[in-house]
Parts: sequence; C-alpha cells; structure tokens
Amino acid sequence: MVRAQVLICGGTGCTSSGSVKLIPEFEAQIAKNGLEDEIKIVKTGCFGLCELGPVVIVYPDGTFYSRVEESDVKEIVEEHLLKGRIVERLAYTDVAADAVVKGNVSLSDTRFYSKQKRVALRNCGVIDPENIEEYIAMDGYAALGKALTEMTPEEVIKTVMDSGLRGRGGGGFPTGLKWSFTAKNQADQKYVVCNADEGDPGAFMDRSVLEGDPHCLVEAMAICGYATGATEGYVYVRAEYPIAVARLQKAIDDARAYGLLGKNIFDSGFDFDLFIRLGAGAFVCGEETALMTSIEGNRGEPRPRPPYPAVKGLFGKPTTENNVETFANIPQIILKGAEFFNSMGTEKSKGTKVFALGGKINNTGLVEIPMGTTLREVIEDIGGGIPNGKKFKAAQTGGPSGGCLPASLLDIQIDYDNLVAQGAMMGSGGLIVMDEDTCMVDIAKFFLEFTVDESCGKCTPCRIGTKRLYEILEKITSGNGTLADLDEMENLCYYIKENSLCGLGQTAPNPVLSTYKQFKDEYIAHVVDKKCPAGVCKSLLSIVIEADKCKGCTLCSRVCPVGAISGTVKNPHVIDQSKCIKCGACIEKCKFGAISKK
Amino acid sequence: MKSLAELAAIREKMQGKVVLREGSGDIRVVVGMATCGIAAGARPVLNAFVEEINNRDLAGKVTVSQTGCIGICQFEPVVEVFEADKEKVTYVKMTPDKAKEVIEKHIIGGKVIEEYTVSNI
Repeated sequence: MVRAQVLICGGTGCTSSGSVKLIPEFEAQIAKNGLEDEIKIVKTGCFGLCELGPVVIVYPDGTFYSRVEESDVKEIVEEHLLKGRIVERLAYTDVAADAVVKGNVSLSDTRFYSKQKRVALRNCGVIDPENIEEYIAMDGYAALGKALTEMTPEEVIKTVMDSGLRGRGGGGFPTGLKWSFTAKNQADQKYVVCNADEGDPGAFMDRSVLEGDPHCLVEAMAICGYATGATEGYVYVRAEYPIAVARLQKAIDDARAYGLLGKNIFDSGFDFDLFIRLGAGAFVCGEETALMTSIEGNRGEPRPRPPYPAVKGLFGKPTTENNVETFANIPQIILKGAEFFNSMGTEKSKGTKVFALGGKINNTGLVEIPMGTTLREVIEDIGGGIPNGKKFKAAQTGGPSGGCLPASLLDIQIDYDNLVAQGAMMGSGGLIVMDEDTCMVDIAKFFLEFTVDESCGKCTPCRIGTKRLYEILEKITSGNGTLADLDEMENLCYYIKENSLCGLGQTAPNPVLSTYKQFKDEYIAHVVDKKCPAGVCKSLLSIVIEADKCKGCTLCSRVCPVGAISGTVKNPHVIDQSKCIKCGACIEKCKFGAISKK
Repeated sequence: MKSLAELAAIREKMQGKVVLREGSGDIRVVVGMATCGIAAGARPVLNAFVEEINNRDLAGKVTVSQTGCIGICQFEPVVEVFEADKEKVTYVKMTPDKAKEVIEKHIIGGKVIEEYTVSNI
C-alpha cells in the first residue's frame, strides 16, 4: 500500500537541469531500502519554480525540495522516506512571514505560491501527465461528460460567454463570442484549432500546460467542437517542444483508447477527433491565418481578414482558433460554472493569467495570478525581487509585440485594458524584468532584430519597414544618431503599424514606441550626449582607469585580451582607447574598483 | 467511454491514489520512524495504518506521515494523532493490530483508547 509519493518535475526546465536522472536513482535507493511497495514515484509537469530545479516534492507532507542532485537522493530516501526526517539543507525555506516552520513548509505557504491562483495550471506538477486515469481522478473529462449529456451547444457557449474568458494568446477577444460566430455558420465540416505555436522569446506557459496537463487541452477542444459543431481538431505545436509533443500525442492516443475521442462520445452521438501538426518555428505562424495556411501544407504566410476564420478558416471551412491557455480554462468553467471564473479578476478581465517570469528576477518561472494583481506583487512578492540588490527599471510584457512598464507603473493592476493603455500589452504572457543595467534603446533593438528576422516578407511595410527601423536604432546605439532620426523613427513606427497586413507587423514597432515614450531621456542621451546611461552600448562608452585608485598591480594589463592596457608595476595604468574593445574583463579583475565605464 | 458512470468509476478507483497530494486531511496520524522506532517495529505499524485507511476509504480525511525520534525511545513504536481543535493523543508501544483498533475506535468512532496512550504507563 502506498503511503508516500515522490513527485519529480519532468517539465522542460527541470529536465534540462537534470531531473530525469533522479528517477532511476530514486528507484534504486527505494528498492535498496525495501520501500518499493510503500513509495510511489510520479513524474509530473512543471511546478513553476524553474529557477530552483530540479524540483522534488514528497507527499503527504508536501515537503518541497529544490535543486536536488543525484547524490542527494540517497539522503532523501534514507532520512525522509524511511525515517521521516526532512532533509533541511535541501528544503525550500522562503515562506510567508507568519508560517515559518523551517524545513516543513507546505508548498502553498511559500511566497512564490501563496499569491498565485492556479486554474489553467491546476494539474501541472500535481498529476502524472502521461496517466489518463490520474487526470480523470482530478475530475478530468467530467466537464466534457457534463457538456455532452446535460447541456446544449448553446448553453455551453453561453456559459463560456458569461464567464468573461478572453483569448489568452494576446488579443483578448471574448472566447464565447468567437465560438458563437463559428456556431452560427452552417457548413458540412467545421474545425477547432489550437494555437500552440508559442513564439515569444521567454514565454513558455503553453509548453507547460502541454507537458503538465495535456488531457486538459484534449478535453477543452472536444467541448469547443461540441459547442461550435466541429468534429475535427488540430493542435499546431512547435517542433522545438519535443516533450510537449510526445505527451500530447500520448494523451490523444489514450483518450481514443478510452473512447473520449472518436465516435459517439458518452453515447451522445457527438464525434470528435484530434490531430497534431508540427510547426517549424516561424514566429509568423502564431498569427491565426498564417497558422492555418501552414496546417494546410502551404508556406506560413498570413492572409487578409475578413473573411475571418469563423467564416472561412482551415481548408476554407468555419474554424474556431484558440490558444492553449484559453482552452486550459474551459473544463473548469464548464464544470464549476461561469460564476466560478468571473468572480476572479477585474471588471473587464476575468479569471487568471499565466506569466512566464524571466530576466533579472530571483524566482524565474511560471506564475498564475488573478487578473488585477499588481506588477509590484508579481515582481517583489512572487518573483522575490531583483538579484544582487539592483534597482528595478522596467518590466517588458507581450514580447516583441508588447511594451515596457517603468518603475512609476509598478502599482498598475495587470489586466488587458490597463496594459494597453500604457502602450504595453498582455501578449501571451512573457514578463521580462529589467534592472538598472539594461539599456532601453538596446532592448528595443533586440526585439526589433527578432521581428526583422521573423517577418515573413509578404507585405512591404513589415518586410522593409522593420528593417529600416532597425537601421535607425543601430545608428542611434552606435553614436551616429541625430534628433531628426528620432522623429523619423517615430513616424516610421506609426507607418508600419497602420499598413502591415497582420498582427506581426502591426505590433512590431511597439517595443520601440513604448520605450521611446517611457524612457525618452535615454534616447536623447544616446543622440545628443552620445552616452549610454546604462553602459550597455559599446560604441558609446569608454573604459577608464582612475589614476588615484590604481595601485599598479598589473592584473588588468595581464587580463586584457587585446593588450590595450599599459603601465609599470606600482604606477597607475592607462587604457589605450583606440585598442580597447570594451569587453570589461579588466573591470571584473580589478580589486580596487579603479576601473569603470564612462 | 459510453456513460458518466463509467467515468465516475475510474475517478473513484483513482482518487485514493492522488488524494495524498492534496495534503490536507482533517486528521493527521504521525508515526515515529527514527532508528529507535524502526528497531521497535514502527514500519509494520505505519503500513498497517496506511492499509487500513485505504481499505476503509478514509484517505481524503486522514493523512499518515512519519516523524523522527520524539525522545521516549523506550515506548516505541510511538504514534501521535492530531485533530483540529482537539488535544494531541500519543499512543505508545504500538503494533499493527493496535493500529487497526485505533482506526476503528478512535479515528472512526471518535473515542480515544486510553489504555494505549502514554498517560497510562
């Protein structure tokens, strides 16, 4: 009889930090101690705290072990699993102030989790994603059963509409309304498409759902099929997500075997089947029309709308397309009712949103918060603040389509409309935190370089416009910009936004516009003073040695890769600016703080 | 899958296996599993609790876990029962049979078996 379970994270984050190696080691140690019948090992999806991976949780106590290495396993098995003594050196101890019981901290009491509310991610890190019966035990497929046996398609759509759920892929279009459009159109064949082409740099919430709770997506798409009258669904997922693809395929196969996909599901006369299509990693294929073009087997390029997919979508048939996270909310909404969902969040943005926290923040990982949580809570409480005591400068949301929120907006309540009002956007939920060492012009350039690369080339404003815009930024960061360039840059931004064919081009200038709006002084400093205030743009800085602090230890001249530093022992050294490549190696080596960027 | 009943059957069957992860039983049974406890036979006692609780479908209500040495090694195996708003009960010199009795009379019946408790020694 099983008395304890060891949950080992098998998400991509923990897999890359070595969690897979832990499983055979746990098995071996457990066997060695004769505990095979008492302890069960479960490989789960992502817990969210990827920074501390590999993550291992022992139930029923709920002890949270972080950064577990193969060599630690023996101790956990012998001490904790056999004798019940928690291995304190491995236990995660950052807890909410009033619940300090060192070493035996329930997961939900940690600062990282206590402000979160898990709806879309509710099963991630809780169940074994490759075991359909564990999903069923957590009320899985009950929503599909309820929809098929107790509700009409109209009632399903009304419930989704009343819940206030809006598209989690970025646009924020009301999901119920989208479904009702497809439902209204008569056709011999309709489709459901799931957009799992998660392309924003730094965003990985869809991957986490696919890896941690793939059946949730299968169930939701079947519900959508029933509501809109579709009998076939396609999941378009990046080939770069091998674990996600494998688990989703297993989920689909198992669902078929259990009769949860296929003909006459729950004896209701409703047929539905699901197929995976792999994307080759083109960012533009996250745009709904380009995605469908790609599924059809053509080059992934967007097409003009209207006609919208609800009228003429995949293979020319009415199609409902939603993002993974949107679907992940559906089973809960059907099962618990619209009120369960719309009781969370703000007036116009209901429910929760998953964010991928990244950049200069202590707790890198995946968080799900109710809409309306402030940026400050996300960064300071859940995220654990900025490492190395640095100052917060800005948070970038929405990836290459989004914008920056500066420190003055830390108390903004995160929802769709508040973010748009500040020139940022929800996007798919990437949240990149930047500290004082980040140059905002450089950041804008980084995102633009990405869109220049990813522009599909079909329309001119995007293909050539983003390239010209990038060149202006290049000119500014290399110290050759003028004030006239700034004006031209702004005009070009608006031109690209207004004239591009699809969302990629229409939003590509956002990182430039928003950093220009929030950090105009930095752009001016680059252009007028020829200085980069954050000390990032290499062409605009020089590295100098302060003569009175330099002791003449010669360390810097020895570490300089280009021989730019000269001087004799015990005398101040000098950097030859014509040779210096500004690599900063001397700054790191200097023990007296005599070398700095100017 | 032809009916909701079929789905419910799988759910029932599996629930006992995932309920451990919800963590919050109303009653906590803690078995002392330090070296002294194990030497005195705490393992079979622990397993008896787990087994009996599953047999009686109490997994959602009762959590069984272990702890280290609580310092009364001569009375091992020691089992403590924690219940919200009630005083902790400490059973000593436990055996698998006594464990089953504790489940029946104390956990289900709500009556502490005084003769097995530490205060009766």
